[in-house]
Amino acid sequence: MLSVKELRASVGDKEILKGLSLEVKAGEVHAIMGPNGSGKSTLGHVLAGRENYQAIGGSVEFDGKNLLDMDTEERAREGLFLAFQYPVEIPGVSNMEFLKTAVDAVRAHRGQEAIDSVQFMKLAREKCKAVNLDDQFLKRGVNEGFSGGEKKRNELMQMMLLEPKLCIMDETDSGLDIDALQVVAEGVNAMRNEDRAIVLVTHYQRLLDFIKPDFVHVLSGGRIIKSGDHSLALELEEKGYGWITKEVA
Amino acid sequence: MSQSEQAQIDTLLKNDYEAGFYTSVESDTLPPGLDEDVIRFISNKKGEPDWMLEWRLEAYRGWLEMVEPEWAHVRYPKVDFQALSYFSAPKSMADKPKSLDEVDPELLRTYEKLGIPLHEQEMLAGVAVDAVFDSVSVGTTFRAKLFEAGVIFCSISEAVHEYPELVKKYLGSVVPRKDNFYAALNSAVFSDGSFVYIPKGVRCPMELSTYFRINEAKTGQFERTLIVAEEGSHVSYLEGCTAPMRDENQLHAAVVELVALDNAQIKYSTVQNWYPGDKEGKGGIYNFVTKRGVCHDSAKISWTQVETGSAVTWKYPSVVLRGDNSVGEFYSVALTNNHQQADTGTKMIHMGKNTRSTIISKGISAGQSQNAYRGLVRMSQRAEGARNYTQCDSLLIGDRCGAHTFPYIESRNPSAVVEHEATTSKVSEDQLYLCQQRGLDAEKAVSLIVNGFCKEVFKELPMEFAVEAGKLLEVSLEGSVG
Repeated sequence: MLSVKELRASVGDKEILKGLSLEVKAGEVHAIMGPNGSGKSTLGHVLAGRENYQAIGGSVEFDGKNLLDMDTEERAREGLFLAFQYPVEIPGVSNMEFLKTAVDAVRAHRGQEAIDSVQFMKLAREKCKAVNLDDQFLKRGVNEGFSGGEKKRNELMQMMLLEPKLCIMDETDSGLDIDALQVVAEGVNAMRNEDRAIVLVTHYQRLLDFIKPDFVHVLSGGRIIKSGDHSLALELEEKGYGWITKEVA
Repeated sequence: MSQSEQAQIDTLLKNDYEAGFYTSVESDTLPPGLDEDVIRFISNKKGEPDWMLEWRLEAYRGWLEMVEPEWAHVRYPKVDFQALSYFSAPKSMADKPKSLDEVDPELLRTYEKLGIPLHEQEMLAGVAVDAVFDSVSVGTTFRAKLFEAGVIFCSISEAVHEYPELVKKYLGSVVPRKDNFYAALNSAVFSDGSFVYIPKGVRCPMELSTYFRINEAKTGQFERTLIVAEEGSHVSYLEGCTAPMRDENQLHAAVVELVALDNAQIKYSTVQNWYPGDKEGKGGIYNFVTKRGVCHDSAKISWTQVETGSAVTWKYPSVVLRGDNSVGEFYSVALTNNHQQADTGTKMIHMGKNTRSTIISKGISAGQSQNAYRGLVRMSQRAEGARNYTQCDSLLIGDRCGAHTFPYIESRNPSAVVEHEATTSKVSEDQLYLCQQRGLDAEKAVSLIVNGFCKEVFKELPMEFAVEAGKLLEVSLEGSVG
């Protein structure tokens, strides 16, 4: 589904990704770990097409299409979803309106009609329940005055409604207490299926106790320097990142 | 306008032709220039009584001694008042476009986006529509219902003939003839406009809209509106519509006067979407408007405006809170794009005890436009316990536009409370990114963010107007990102 080959990317003038390769197939869950400043978040933004995050070399194929050729919104409509580490507030725009506009944009791209408002309302309430958010949150401004944990659950709810093919979750566990973490993990696990791939970007292995990854990759210096299964994450937790970076160097 | 009324006016006009003292009565359009003869001509064309003519002349004489104001934060080439023509008869059917095929496709594209039905597009674009379709059907049922309630809603020209006592009593009572340069000019040469009278204790059974008057004689560039709400009455009035209207006149100088007697309530909503000029800032309407209302005891006047059009806007809908316990409100969204300039705001003049006013102003600047809020809150000596709350927010899109705030606060009463809050923000890249990552294109994203920003004002608009206003912002913001 996602094939990243020798990707080089810069933010402003600074090259952050220096030849990163990654293969993700439908149905798989990948965890990308690494020390601070290794380029984990940058990878997510480059794939999502954030402004000023420039791919300067290599290639990215998404579902057989050249991802780097697409606009930000086109990537989203094709089914790439990025759950943000720090979701931004949009005052005055109700969550409900925002969500419906987004869902309709994706549906239009697939040649489907706009979703019926009543039906959508029902669906949105269901998803709210699934992530343990009161449905009053649908009426409030997007992330407006939400706590850190509420913002993260709101991201997850959006992901559930948009039903993307590829979910990239950027440090979704940061700022969550253990109960909230469990709720989020359950939500993500419920979305796992053979047609969907999930990429978890995380600093800590804690999240991986709840969402068992098929593959774990260590990102350092803008490249993936080691890949393995869940045991690699446990090893990292025990020993830190130092030994790998040394081993590779 | 019904046929009998038309006939009535025709008769009146004809009568005056016979008694005409002006030689070129044959002509339908005056050559450029303004002097007393021009005013006599206009008054004569409209078959006005002598008192009305005298009223106009007095305004004109005052105007001659006034100078054009220059304090507003706008720049534009000076208007040559002698180069304007002050009277032109409505275009004859023969001169109008025969069908929408003859209308500027750009205009049609905008109508399409605003979702305006085809027959309304024809009206707005000034197509010579079939008489069968004429607003008669809507107009007559509408009039009958109002008549039943005792509400008068007609053109100001008609009112001068039909209700001279009311017009004499209230015209110029809120905005005096020599109030300011443009108001004086308007008083001298006003073309037409609306007159509304709500009798004592009556709740007007429907929203009154200029829209219903659209097929009547063109109101022209010097529009004059007078609304009188008798004791304990209620009225909601809608001015303008979201569709851009074709208009060849560059200068618009309207005057609107509202009179809310004891316990009366007037809600006045405006959507202004005159031609803003092209992307390079060529052309466009100069909109210099004087709008003011006076509140008697426990009365309430609420102004809501959505201003997206015109090249230059100069407008301060105000409330004089003369009576005790009266309430003034001003809710405004002013959007400027490309090279548009707006200097708009309000004046709340607190004279009575325990008077209250609320000002919510949302300015949005995009392109290379300049958007200024200018507001005065005056607490007079007598305004015991008066309160004002002002919230003034500016939103910038891009980095070549400007937002300015000029608040004036004068308080002569120590018990009066004035609060002022102001914010300036930008549509952030992060907000756009979040929207785009969820599948919205940049323009849709900006429109969504801007609509959210304006929410407090939009909720004051009548329901269907609010939906249209949202769409209007979207269209007006086209090309502001990307």
